[in-house]
Amino acid sequence: MRGRALLAGAAWAAALALPWVLRAAGADFYLSLASRILVYAIAATSLNLLLGYAGMVSLGHAAFFGLGSYASAVLLSEGQQSLALHLLVTLAVTGLAALAIGAVSLRTRGVYFIMITLAFAQMLFYLANSMKGWGGDEGLRLRSRVLLPFGADLPDGMVLYYTALAVLAACLAGLALFARSRAGLAVRALRDDELRAEALGLPTFRWKLCIFVMAGLVAGVAGALGANLQGYVSPNNLHWTQSGTLLVMVILGGAGSLWGGVAGALALLLLEEVLAAYTGYWSFWTGWVLLAVVLFAPRGLAGLVRRRE
Amino acid sequence: MGDVRWKVVAAGLFGLAAAGLAQAADRVKVGFVSTLSGPNAALGVDIRDGFNLAVKLHGGKLGGLPAEVLVADDQFKPDTGRQLFERYVKRDKVDFMTGVVFSNIMLAALPEAVDNNVLYISPNAAPSSMAGKDCNPLFFAASWPNDAYHEAAGAFANQRSLKNVFLLAPNYQAGKDSLAGFKRTFKGDIAGEVYSQLGQLDYAAELAQIRAARPQAVYVFLPGGMGINFIKQFVGSGLSKDTMLLLPGFSADQDIISAIGAPMAGLFNTAHWSPDMDNAANRKFVAEFQKEYKRLPTLYASQGYDTALLIDAAVRDVKGRLEDRQAVRNALRAARFESVRGAFKFNTNQYPIQDYYVRTIGSDGKGGLVNKSFSEPILRNHGDAYVQQCKMAK
Amino acid sequence: MTLFLEQGLNGLQYGLMLFLLAAGLTIVFGVMDLINLAHGSLYMVGAFVAAWLVPITGSFWLALPGAVIVTALVAVVLELGLLRSLYARDHLSQVLATFALILVLNDAMKMVFGSDLPLSAPEALAGPVALPLGLQYPAWRLLIIAVGLLLALLLYLLVEKTRVGALVRAGASNRRMSSAMGVNVPRLFTAVFAFGAALCAVAGCLLGPLLAVQVGMGENILIPAFMVVVIGGVGSIRGALLGALLVGVVDTLGRTLLQRGLHIWLPPQWSSAAGPALASVAMYLLMAGILLWRPQGLWPVRGR
Repeated sequence: MRGRALLAGAAWAAALALPWVLRAAGADFYLSLASRILVYAIAATSLNLLLGYAGMVSLGHAAFFGLGSYASAVLLSEGQQSLALHLLVTLAVTGLAALAIGAVSLRTRGVYFIMITLAFAQMLFYLANSMKGWGGDEGLRLRSRVLLPFGADLPDGMVLYYTALAVLAACLAGLALFARSRAGLAVRALRDDELRAEALGLPTFRWKLCIFVMAGLVAGVAGALGANLQGYVSPNNLHWTQSGTLLVMVILGGAGSLWGGVAGALALLLLEEVLAAYTGYWSFWTGWVLLAVVLFAPRGLAGLVRRRE
Repeated sequence: MGDVRWKVVAAGLFGLAAAGLAQAADRVKVGFVSTLSGPNAALGVDIRDGFNLAVKLHGGKLGGLPAEVLVADDQFKPDTGRQLFERYVKRDKVDFMTGVVFSNIMLAALPEAVDNNVLYISPNAAPSSMAGKDCNPLFFAASWPNDAYHEAAGAFANQRSLKNVFLLAPNYQAGKDSLAGFKRTFKGDIAGEVYSQLGQLDYAAELAQIRAARPQAVYVFLPGGMGINFIKQFVGSGLSKDTMLLLPGFSADQDIISAIGAPMAGLFNTAHWSPDMDNAANRKFVAEFQKEYKRLPTLYASQGYDTALLIDAAVRDVKGRLEDRQAVRNALRAARFESVRGAFKFNTNQYPIQDYYVRTIGSDGKGGLVNKSFSEPILRNHGDAYVQQCKMAK
Repeated sequence: MTLFLEQGLNGLQYGLMLFLLAAGLTIVFGVMDLINLAHGSLYMVGAFVAAWLVPITGSFWLALPGAVIVTALVAVVLELGLLRSLYARDHLSQVLATFALILVLNDAMKMVFGSDLPLSAPEALAGPVALPLGLQYPAWRLLIIAVGLLLALLLYLLVEKTRVGALVRAGASNRRMSSAMGVNVPRLFTAVFAFGAALCAVAGCLLGPLLAVQVGMGENILIPAFMVVVIGGVGSIRGALLGALLVGVVDTLGRTLLQRGLHIWLPPQWSSAAGPALASVAMYLLMAGILLWRPQGLWPVRGR
């Protein structure tokens, strides 16, 4: 237990110090990679809640990530920069979408659920492609960013990095609390044996819908952060390959582990970054690494650190 | 918002120039980001090979200075492209950025260059938005404006006195823009206008509609693999017997010819360059490219080669004083280089004004097929339709 | 009228190809309970090997069986080397492993063959043929329909009428029981997987001349193939055939008649925008609708 706490502490300290270390080393350009990893870590953590904690394998999570990024981008393109408004609209849009998609999709199970969530995300992808006013397929370039209080500004890489870090910390804290709470227990009971949970009188559908919406909201926030980081959104944010990437991150990191989403996002993005620098066949080697993880670390990367429970 | 930023940039440029900070650099650094892996890699590889060939033929120099060309793969992802731009601009302090194939990736990455006062010379993507309201003093297109091939195709249809043409494009922005370009010049009737899905592979349903509409000609904008599939199926459906298929150059280029083979013979397409163009620069380019890479160059390769020549001329003209961005810009705008496409000059929006030709695919005399250009251009000194919307200071 | 007929044939042809791709997927899924995302990669392998063999053998009809055999061998190697260890694992590990396999196989194809290869139909079948009612239809597409129908019939007889088919059906409905009854499950699994890959290779060879043989072609068909599987019901061959024909026809009609119908009902500026957008999502709407009505697909295998 102590070892793990130390490790987590060291990780947070490193994350907090990173921008200063990079600045000292004259490697500022790596800050945006770090921010991107954080954004994906938030999105993957939200999918981890859905998948690892509640057992719902969604292949449509990009729908909420993409909607969040579009909500923020469209507001900015209309000249709205206030943080409160962005939060409100992002949460409203992704929340409502998750409510609607969840209510329909949760009637199905297993692979049927995988496919129906995928179908909804693809519908949104085609919708975004045909929204000519907001960039259509070419995507939407942002000339401004969200204004934070106290005169801090999201285009400033440092500010964005620390904002994303704070959001991620909040997500992980929330997830840790949730996992220990009665609600968390109930949801895990659901994951492990739905019939039994139902027989014990748990309102399973309502629980699952709640979790689905929660995960959608967090992914939406990640998307909005991503839009402010990239200064650009495109329908690709909603494409099924994006959903697949998030899914791979969670499984790679360790579904059901608190740090699974973070570990997966960090590993996958760093792996691609390093390999792409050396070879045009980066996906070949990425594939072998993923296979090795499946075969030799069945509980994902976070599982390597975690003791068996 | 955008306007204000340009004024700031322009003022900054003049300030730098006036301060006389400009020292001659000891080398020139170019950041080259393109799609070099995945299904769409062939286009990026050709641009890169053309660019590198030009540098090699100049003895590893651009404008007389030792050239350092940093190459990276955007993996066909906009955010990866943006990151690579940021790295080359901030870490490696490059003087020029270039290389991107696809407009969505370029539009995502471009601010990293121009917001940090680095010139971007586009070897391919030249979207309408950047020619008009979003035009930018630090952005140059060395290829051709997005609509030009389609406008040329419309003009060719008029020349052939075609009365009705059927149009097909994927249902997305570039598809709609391209067909608008065709309709801008074409004077006849549109027999039908159908939008397929982006990335669609099978065109049976669309071909049946074409058969029912009985047009004299069909014009399609279907980039990459979509075009390969359509042409194969068009020929297989027997429509090619009495319907002319008209294509934009990139759908009938050497890479497409080698993928499809015999059915390509006799097809008409429009482009700003052809491997058989008879000028000294082009003869040298085609011969050297074949010697170096054992294949015929494509449009993309010619654009990559020309981009390097353009940078070479500008660096030479400012005598290596690369910090003086305004001077470099002026030198680029003057475009004093021998382009492989023949006559070339920049419009006020820094998009090309050039000739466009109709090409037809015929035998290369060695059992293969190759594009051959008509000697008379179909459009002369042609710019683009968006230049009036561009408010750019000199 | 001829337009109707032609679109009907197009829908049939697309549906039958989807069936060939989905049949292997649904059997592997039903019998081994394996989610194989790399199924599309086997289709790609088949097409690439065929395109490589045509110039060597000098004939498409020699290359086709060659490609089928090579792809089946690749499948056997994959099954013995990797997939076998995944049967006992949860679906998530399977998703990650087979996704990794897509990455590896895509780049492996590129290393061996390059990013694309030309593949053309035999000269004799490259053109159109005249059908009754004044209809002109591409010969190659007719051949695809014929082969597709033949294979569908063969598959039906194989699964419904033979001992091997009985084993497969038993495995799909209750694996533990059939293994306890003395079925040699590992060998059966390898055979089933190779067979599914062979069907993929046939589809790859037939579609190759029509479409482009290029790296990444497998991912394009993966989603429609999975849709067919869930519409039909996992493990059900009949369901896969029905689902495939439904998807084929709906997709084809969505791209043509739906748009025309909208022109009649809606003002033009609406119909020209809504038509193509609806056509892109017609397939997805169909699947979502069917799953709402029947959450287990149209023809679920009993006893699962």
